[in-house]
Amino acid sequence: MGRYCARRLLETIPLMLVISIFVFMFIHLLPGDPAQTLAGKEATVEEVEAIRAEFGLDKPLIVQYFNYMKDLFRGDMGRSLKSNIPVSELIWSRFQFTIQLVCAGLVWAPFAGIFIGVICAIKRGTFVDLIGMLLAICGLSAPGFWLGLMGIQYFSVHLGWFPVSGLDSWRSFILPSIVMGTGIMATLARYSRSSMLETLREDYVRTARAKGQREAIVMFRHAFKNSLIQVVTILGLQIGGLLSGSVITETIFSIPGMGRLLVDSIAFRDYPAIQGLLMIFAMQYVLINLVVDMLYGVINPKIRYD
Amino acid sequence: MSTNQNERVENQAVFEENYIDENIIADKSSKTREFIKKFLKRKTAVAAFVVMVFLLIIAIIGPSLAPYDPSAYDYDNILAPPSAEHWFGTDQFGQDIFSRILAGAPLTLGVSLSSVVVGAVLGTVLGLLAGYYGGWIEMLVMRGADVLFSFPDILLAIAIVALLGPGIINVFIAVAVFTVPSFARMMRSATLAVKGSLYVEVSRSLGCKDGRILFLHIFPGTIQSLIVNFTMRIGSAIMAASSLSFLGFGANVTDPEWGAMLSMSRSYLSTAPHMVYLPGLVIFVTVLAFNLFGDGLRDTLDPKIK
Repeated sequence: MGRYCARRLLETIPLMLVISIFVFMFIHLLPGDPAQTLAGKEATVEEVEAIRAEFGLDKPLIVQYFNYMKDLFRGDMGRSLKSNIPVSELIWSRFQFTIQLVCAGLVWAPFAGIFIGVICAIKRGTFVDLIGMLLAICGLSAPGFWLGLMGIQYFSVHLGWFPVSGLDSWRSFILPSIVMGTGIMATLARYSRSSMLETLREDYVRTARAKGQREAIVMFRHAFKNSLIQVVTILGLQIGGLLSGSVITETIFSIPGMGRLLVDSIAFRDYPAIQGLLMIFAMQYVLINLVVDMLYGVINPKIRYD
Repeated sequence: MSTNQNERVENQAVFEENYIDENIIADKSSKTREFIKKFLKRKTAVAAFVVMVFLLIIAIIGPSLAPYDPSAYDYDNILAPPSAEHWFGTDQFGQDIFSRILAGAPLTLGVSLSSVVVGAVLGTVLGLLAGYYGGWIEMLVMRGADVLFSFPDILLAIAIVALLGPGIINVFIAVAVFTVPSFARMMRSATLAVKGSLYVEVSRSLGCKDGRILFLHIFPGTIQSLIVNFTMRIGSAIMAASSLSFLGFGANVTDPEWGAMLSMSRSYLSTAPHMVYLPGLVIFVTVLAFNLFGDGLRDTLDPKIK
């Protein structure tokens, strides 16, 4: 197990390096002179040169990259052009809101999704299955911003049950949590249904039935537990989806999280902030998948001996 | 001896041209018929197909069907709820929402469809090459896909728009790039699966060139997965493109793009809820139709997944 985890950890390093090169190159891929871009269109020649010197843009690209990495390891991601505070501080001040949102989605959606999927698989071909799968595909097809706006219109404006924006009381979490979780619920319902159907066809399930095991035990201990193995991998990918879903959810509900910061930074062309946020988003995603893969190794012993 | 060998090579070529290909073609037409018969049994998928075709027709001829000029202001009819004159009501400028949805269909569907086509072609070629040649090509393509996948979901599209700036053309590029890695990964594994099959080995032993094996023998074997993935990705592309427009990165706010229309509706939640419900419903129905059709295709082509 230790070796499996170590190997998986080592595999992450080159990926992180390539991501860092991509994010570093971001400012150089922009059309035009990077110093001019950072200084703004109206900047004088002196200002542009000052920016060039300050950001070290006059040095060779490879030196710039090493400096960028050196700063990154010290937690220095430059200063925001818009607010002139360090990008790391800016992101940190927004971080908690996004994490709260992601947790609000994770609190119910995976469980609901797996529950629906398993019930549909057990009741395959019945009305329950039809309704469950219809619900899932609708959840998958409904744009988050539409669900959110409808929710605000009906529950907040019309009925007055929840606040229209912000994240301060438990009430204010309900709608964002639904918007965040719908997609993950729908996806997991579909995957856990097909995964459960697959396991139900396995020989060990037939054996369990043949030896006269009670149906509930066959379903739970033999089929359900094994069907979870596939579902866990999908969950990792889905949490990444939640991170990007926060961009939409934070915009609809005016929550000052990282997603909202990204949207604002793009609108303001605050490139150091955009770079920092992209790096953080990608790192989070890679780390989450690393953890999920390790979990996968824990619940599925087969994978460790590859 | 050399004439003998030439003769043999010629014979092999004749054998390959006439016997093998003919057989495959004969097999294909009966398979298509069988496929259509099976597909027609899936009522939801057929219904989704009808809706899909209807939407595509709307996208082509819709703008000329619009009862009103989609950009004509009518200050006597501002924020009017749905009525006999204005089926979907009007917006804050008195513009007819139904006409705007018709006029926006080519924009939303055109951008999504064309970007999936471009992304699919690029991803397919990369995936085929990676799966067939292996080695450094495979490593390059797969690690590239990994990096792109580290920006989950629509985040990659947002990053690309951040780089290129807002605008509908840039949304097209962003969604195309966002589509590439999924096709590259899928085609690689499909290619690997087909590569080992007997008929590929036969064509190689007959002396077929790589290009011929790749595009005439391996590619047709992967086409099922390709079609299914293609249909599924259109749904996500519509979602991504309209999300980008909703965030203000895509079409101009004054353009009748569906996501942009919803973004305008945010300010009128309490006075004109129809501005949220109806354009969003159109996006939802469109994505749902493509997803249901994709599901039906997958289940017909590969019943074991169901």
